[in-house]
Amino acid sequence: MFFSTQPVSTKPWPRYIVDAATWNKCADAFAAGTHSLFGLWADSHLDNPAAGAEIHMAIYENATHKLAVATLPAPDGVFPSVARKHAPAARLERTIMDMHGLRAEGAVDTRAWLDHGKWRQAQPLAVQPAPRGDVATAVADYAFLPVDGEGLHEVPVGPIHAGIIEPGHFRFSANGEAVVRLEEKLGYVHKGIEKLFIGADIARGAKLAGRISGDSTVAYAFAYARAVEQATGTVAPPRALYLRALMAELERIANHFGDVGAICNDAAFAFMLAHTGILREETLQLCHALFGHRLMMDVIVPGGVTADIDAAGADKVRAWMAAAEKRFDKLMRIYDDAASLKDRTNNTGHVSRKLVDRFGAGGYVGRASGRAFDARKNLPYAPYDTLNFDMPVLHTGDVNARLWIRRIEIAQSFAMIAQLLDAMPAGALCAPVAATTAGEGIGVVEAFRGDVLVWLRLGADGNIARCHPRDASWFQWPLLEASIENNIIADFPLCNKSFNCSYAGHDL
Amino acid sequence: MKDMMLKSLVTPAVTIPAPKPDDAALAELARAVNERSRQLLGHSLAIREVDAGSCNGCELEIHAINNAIYDVERFGIKFTASPKHADVLLVTGPVTENMKFALQRAYDVTPDPKWVVAVGDCACTGGVFAGSYACAGSVKDIVPVDLHIKGCPPTPLDLLRGLLALMETVSR
Repeated sequence: MFFSTQPVSTKPWPRYIVDAATWNKCADAFAAGTHSLFGLWADSHLDNPAAGAEIHMAIYENATHKLAVATLPAPDGVFPSVARKHAPAARLERTIMDMHGLRAEGAVDTRAWLDHGKWRQAQPLAVQPAPRGDVATAVADYAFLPVDGEGLHEVPVGPIHAGIIEPGHFRFSANGEAVVRLEEKLGYVHKGIEKLFIGADIARGAKLAGRISGDSTVAYAFAYARAVEQATGTVAPPRALYLRALMAELERIANHFGDVGAICNDAAFAFMLAHTGILREETLQLCHALFGHRLMMDVIVPGGVTADIDAAGADKVRAWMAAAEKRFDKLMRIYDDAASLKDRTNNTGHVSRKLVDRFGAGGYVGRASGRAFDARKNLPYAPYDTLNFDMPVLHTGDVNARLWIRRIEIAQSFAMIAQLLDAMPAGALCAPVAATTAGEGIGVVEAFRGDVLVWLRLGADGNIARCHPRDASWFQWPLLEASIENNIIADFPLCNKSFNCSYAGHDL
Repeated sequence: MKDMMLKSLVTPAVTIPAPKPDDAALAELARAVNERSRQLLGHSLAIREVDAGSCNGCELEIHAINNAIYDVERFGIKFTASPKHADVLLVTGPVTENMKFALQRAYDVTPDPKWVVAVGDCACTGGVFAGSYACAGSVKDIVPVDLHIKGCPPTPLDLLRGLLALMETVSR
């Protein structure tokens, strides 16, 4: 890429120490569209303050599908803003300020993001957290972007929403029914997960990783385990890799079933939710029968997995698959034939190719608008590098396309599960995690809603010195704001459900 | 679609039989429900769910009790969009500092008589997030709690047993 020095770490992707000039070159590359921003976070080295603060930026090269991390030392507490050249970095920089007190120089939007002025500690990841009082007043009055014009009015929604969903605030500026601007305010479910990671041992870290976003507990445990294995040089046995992928695909199918029904339900087509609800429930009951937990929490651990399936279990999966596939196909034919329903999903909540490329949006949000990225394909990890599957890509970018991507992915996941069961290697389930003093690693896994990244650094005591999980939602939430523009407020639930971004995974 | 609907007329329901209410929950609730509220509420309960910082695992399972297999509505229990229409607040999460105010507001506008059910290990004790600078404490530290349903997350059956105990206590 842009780096002339030797990488300081290569597990499994290279990390380079850069100067401000190279840092800015990376930002220019994002703006030019040759590279995508894949993550932006800081490390204040709480375990060794003398090392000074550093800003890390994960960079994905679109043409070569290569990932790298650039690290800029920030001894004076400032770093050149990436967002001033590339807007998708803005919320990440605001978060770095909230969490570490490190300032992005030249940033346009300097409002607090996750900090609402209520935490008992300000800048909790800084070596010296700031006195709460100083920061509280500065962030308490949140200034929404002004929208002026005749006949405009604001509709505030949340943090508690009408449905059984997570909390967040949406500020609609509308002219009659048409939405002129939507601005999101998130951070309500911020639990301080990154701080809880610091000093935790590897086993406690796995518990935390599995509770970053409950609907993606398998994906996060998977990514965390990969990061730990990279950092410690541990190799998980082949059977564990296959079981991990089996769980990841079961999680994907269960969530996609739920989403397809929920999207249709928000268009008042309750029939679909009634039926996909049963399909989802049967999937979770299968997961419970196989792995002892409906959401498969805590089954993937660093080194391998904690539960096995036998021949009878594999038959159970095959039987479930044969029945579910048939019934789901039938439901999707009904969806495709229901003109009144398609009228709601077609052309609603459109996101352009340009925007998904710019934001590097992963998952069904990106793939429904023409961005061909799936971590299982583009940053392949075992056992996906040996599986035969396609990456569905559509181009209409509306609610219908995001639903239809899920429909094709369910079929792909069924096919992958069949391959996993047929080729499941025999052998051990878990390798002991090698004891290490210091080390770092990255895990990237395709969760049902998109790529999650976990970056991990172990301290001299072998415990976690810093762990940063980045959800796919970071690069999808801003596009939800764009998708609702010029739609009517009544279509917002439909758009929102078709994105189904994670609040918990984003707020941490 | 027509053939699926016709078929559902002649095939037995997928809904499971009602589980027995949870004994421990009944004991916890005995203190919380008086004669007057029994008369007021009759045989139905309206629930407002409040996510006060959960990882969304509990929400997935609360959703599940609405599906055709568990069908919570057959017991007269339904979810409402506003706390102002609710008899029960179902609260999840370790109550983040950023959600404390909203939870308190939701509790204040819920009309009396009202009950609060803390759902999940985080709501009961703070779970794996206990002690964080960003968490205010378990639900009972913020609003009075009448029933705790443990689990990470509680299964739909755990939720049904707890809610049935609430129902039974209220309408006895």
